[in-house]
Amino acid sequence: MIGNLAYVAVVIFIGLGIYSLMFKKNLIKIAIGIVLIENGVNLFLITLGYRKGAVAPIYTQSPSGQAMVLPTPQALTLTSIVIGIATTALILSIAMIIYKHYGTLDTDQVRRLKG
Amino acid sequence: MKKIIFGIAFIIFFSFLVVSAINMRTFGEPTLSEMDDYFIENAQSETGANNVVTSIVFDYRGFDTLGEATVLFTAVVGVVALFRGVKK
Amino acid sequence: MKGMSRIVKTVTNFVYGFIIIFGFYIIVHGHLTPGGGFQGGAVAGSAFALLLVSYGSLNSKKFLKDDIFSLFENFGLTLFIILGFSGLGITFFYNFLANSGGWFGDAALIGVNPGDMNTGGVIPLMNIAVGLEVLSAFGVIVLTMARGAEFTKKKEKS
Repeated sequence: MIGNLAYVAVVIFIGLGIYSLMFKKNLIKIAIGIVLIENGVNLFLITLGYRKGAVAPIYTQSPSGQAMVLPTPQALTLTSIVIGIATTALILSIAMIIYKHYGTLDTDQVRRLKG
Repeated sequence: MKKIIFGIAFIIFFSFLVVSAINMRTFGEPTLSEMDDYFIENAQSETGANNVVTSIVFDYRGFDTLGEATVLFTAVVGVVALFRGVKK
Repeated sequence: MKGMSRIVKTVTNFVYGFIIIFGFYIIVHGHLTPGGGFQGGAVAGSAFALLLVSYGSLNSKKFLKDDIFSLFENFGLTLFIILGFSGLGITFFYNFLANSGGWFGDAALIGVNPGDMNTGGVIPLMNIAVGLEVLSAFGVIVLTMARGAEFTKKKEKS
């Protein structure tokens, strides 16, 4: 169980994100929950490609004669981080427009008032 | 009433995640790695770059990077279009 | 939003040039050291956020304009697509400049070596294109959201 501490940390991230997504009523707190889930999944992708006692996969002035970490999950995580940025920007913009239209950020009242 | 149902569902889902995190395979020993071994061996002679991660992102899998650049561009277009109808 | 005090403005005048140059260093050396287009673009984009926060969004309309950022973003994405189409003799996104002897075409030494800048093929050009796009995308998003936040307050002094 001590050796798998990385996976337990990922599960704590995702658990906190889902708790903040289900039980909170403010729109900004829901957006923070979505960002936490995305960062937890990115961390999980990187911890899958680790070899014990290996160095970074770059040939410029690295210590010679050692094994290298798997480079493919790092390339996929780069793409996932940028998609997370796009999602966060759009969620926050929609929250600002809702605040201008209704005057409040509570999800119970945004459903009831019309116009 | 709704809070109790949400609470029970959350506890069941979270315990499922924790049990599967404890029983995963050992940390630091990947089992299937033929593709990555090929990338580490041949990236310097085929592409001429010292950085294996950059040569994967832009040369071996350049099509995914095209999709990601398009997603970023679409997000910027969406943000500008949302704030266009706001009067000063 | 309002600007900040005089100490913050003086330090910002001195520091934001170094941040942009550091971002360009990370972008251009993407095929030798850790980094590349996306990481360097994010570092250089944070310089514009620093300028916006320390001067206030009403005062920064003089030197941060939306049109120039939008032009650079379109230019970056178009350059990336052109570089993808120019190797079309063999396949889409083919590295037609590697090991050839032309612009970026030296062959890299096998094994551990101090890096040579002239290697890499079409990868440094793609790094510059993507770096320009990410830099401008950060600038446009931060500027638009800061100016959209002005409508909710009553008259404020800057």
